[in-house]
Amino acid sequence: MRLDHSVILKMIEPDSRVLDLGCGTGELLAGLEKEKNVRGQGVELSEAGIYQCVEKGVSVFHSDIDSGLSGFPDHSFDYVILNQSLQEVKNVQQVLAESLRVGGRVIVGVPNFAHVRARLRLFFRGRTPMTKSLPYDWSDTPNVRFMSLSDFKTFCRKNGIRVVHQKYLGSSRILHVFPNLLALNGIFMLEAGSSSAARSIPTAPG
Amino acid sequence: MNRSQNVGLVKPQFFEFAAPPHEMKLACGRKLGPVTLAYETYGKLNESRNNAILVEHAFSGNAHAAGYLHPKDKHPGWWDTLIGPGKAFDTNRYFLICSNILGGCSGSTGPSSLNPSTGKPWGLSFPVVTVADMVEAQRHLIDHLGIGKLLCVVGGSMGGMQALQWVASYPERVASAIPIATTLKHSPQQIALDEVGRQAVMADDSWRHGNYYEHGQPRKGLALARMIGHITYMSDKSMEDKFSRNLKDKSFSYSFSSDFEVEGYLRYRGDNFVKRFDANSYLYITKAMDYFDLSGDRLFPDGRTVHTRFLIIAFQSDWLYPAYQSREIVHLLKTRGVEATYCEIKSTYGHDAFLLEIEEETHLIRHFLKKTFQVVSGG
Repeated sequence: MRLDHSVILKMIEPDSRVLDLGCGTGELLAGLEKEKNVRGQGVELSEAGIYQCVEKGVSVFHSDIDSGLSGFPDHSFDYVILNQSLQEVKNVQQVLAESLRVGGRVIVGVPNFAHVRARLRLFFRGRTPMTKSLPYDWSDTPNVRFMSLSDFKTFCRKNGIRVVHQKYLGSSRILHVFPNLLALNGIFMLEAGSSSAARSIPTAPG
Repeated sequence: MNRSQNVGLVKPQFFEFAAPPHEMKLACGRKLGPVTLAYETYGKLNESRNNAILVEHAFSGNAHAAGYLHPKDKHPGWWDTLIGPGKAFDTNRYFLICSNILGGCSGSTGPSSLNPSTGKPWGLSFPVVTVADMVEAQRHLIDHLGIGKLLCVVGGSMGGMQALQWVASYPERVASAIPIATTLKHSPQQIALDEVGRQAVMADDSWRHGNYYEHGQPRKGLALARMIGHITYMSDKSMEDKFSRNLKDKSFSYSFSSDFEVEGYLRYRGDNFVKRFDANSYLYITKAMDYFDLSGDRLFPDGRTVHTRFLIIAFQSDWLYPAYQSREIVHLLKTRGVEATYCEIKSTYGHDAFLLEIEEETHLIRHFLKKTFQVVSGG
């Protein structure tokens, strides 16, 4: 199993309801259904992804993320996952607000634009960063948002979103020191902050 | 013809029910009985009776969905590409049922059937039926076959409306539904197109207010209605690919005979339709579609919790039942927390795609049914 998937799998309580936005081939949801008995629902834009999800028995809606959240009632999921998909979203603020409305907890996995290799490539070679977690050439990237892990945490703080859990990932293991320099990816578990603390956050399981 | 991947020879069957005094009560308030439904079945019902799939045909379809009717039959049933051993609806695993709709003209009771009280064809004295009435008639057939819960109800276009209606009428009897290229309700554009078709039929003098059975069909009107229909089933692109501006002969005729291949095609389709389809059924069935509306709370009345799983399929170039109408179904399912999958298949075939995009549909349907059967059989 992919490192990021196993990290997310550990974060999720058994028997929860999980919405995976940008679920790709459905690998993570299929794993969660098998290991954690979750009730999963995916949203995916690519048609090829839809076919692979269905092959795995994963329920999925063919849609982009920006419009894929409307219609779900408040708190209809225990977790909303945005793994390696938030950087492809146009309206980040709205998608996160909607995700927090729909789910009790939101798990976001993002690539780190400030990884040491990205910095060296930019500083010494004057080239746009490309790393293992940002493998695309500037002219052919699906990403529209480029953030460092520090940027993302700052964004959450400014928007009243609480980061309740965080993991920093290297290429094959969890990192503990200098994450914004050394981590390729960060995985954050978010909850609505105190400003909107009145809304009840469902405590898993159930 | 290759019959190895085919259900082979099939036999049309007929089920009669609702004999007086137990007539069907229709949505319009009138009673109808006795009622006959023509149907075919493929595959075998298993011992647990949990592998039955009801296939709903589209507007001008019939009960002959797969296989051949006689040894020299050249044309298999209308969804033979999807129904058969090893196909999407695998007849080695599932028991398939397809019946001609109430109001139809391919063996089921409709306006061209004999009115038992007069001994003559009903014509316009046949009661106006709705999609809900069609489903109610099918419910009698499913009871008769000894099936409590259907593994799946599937259909494209008006067949999809019936699949949705099954969920609205009998949610506890439908484990899954596959509405394809369909809608929760007919839009003004769809009603308008239907009305143009009806007016074409009724403007033909030989329609005789529906009493044409002794004289023959209103050929011109019905053929014209069908020509319009065929335009709506294709896309601009599929017409370009199929006909372009190709001429039937080498040069223009400088007359109003059909110069272009597309004209010849539409005329051929129109003429062919007249041979097999009753003009009054055309009126009744299009009206049933126009009345169809399961929007708002109608698909899931009474705040009911629904356990039916959904697979919704739409096609990008379909402008008769545009994908946004399927997305409206999806939106409704989201608000009700229904387990569902939606796929918008990239296709240039227009509305006809549901009969043509076999590979994509096969993949989606096969795996969706496999999962549904696991859920139903508790494994």
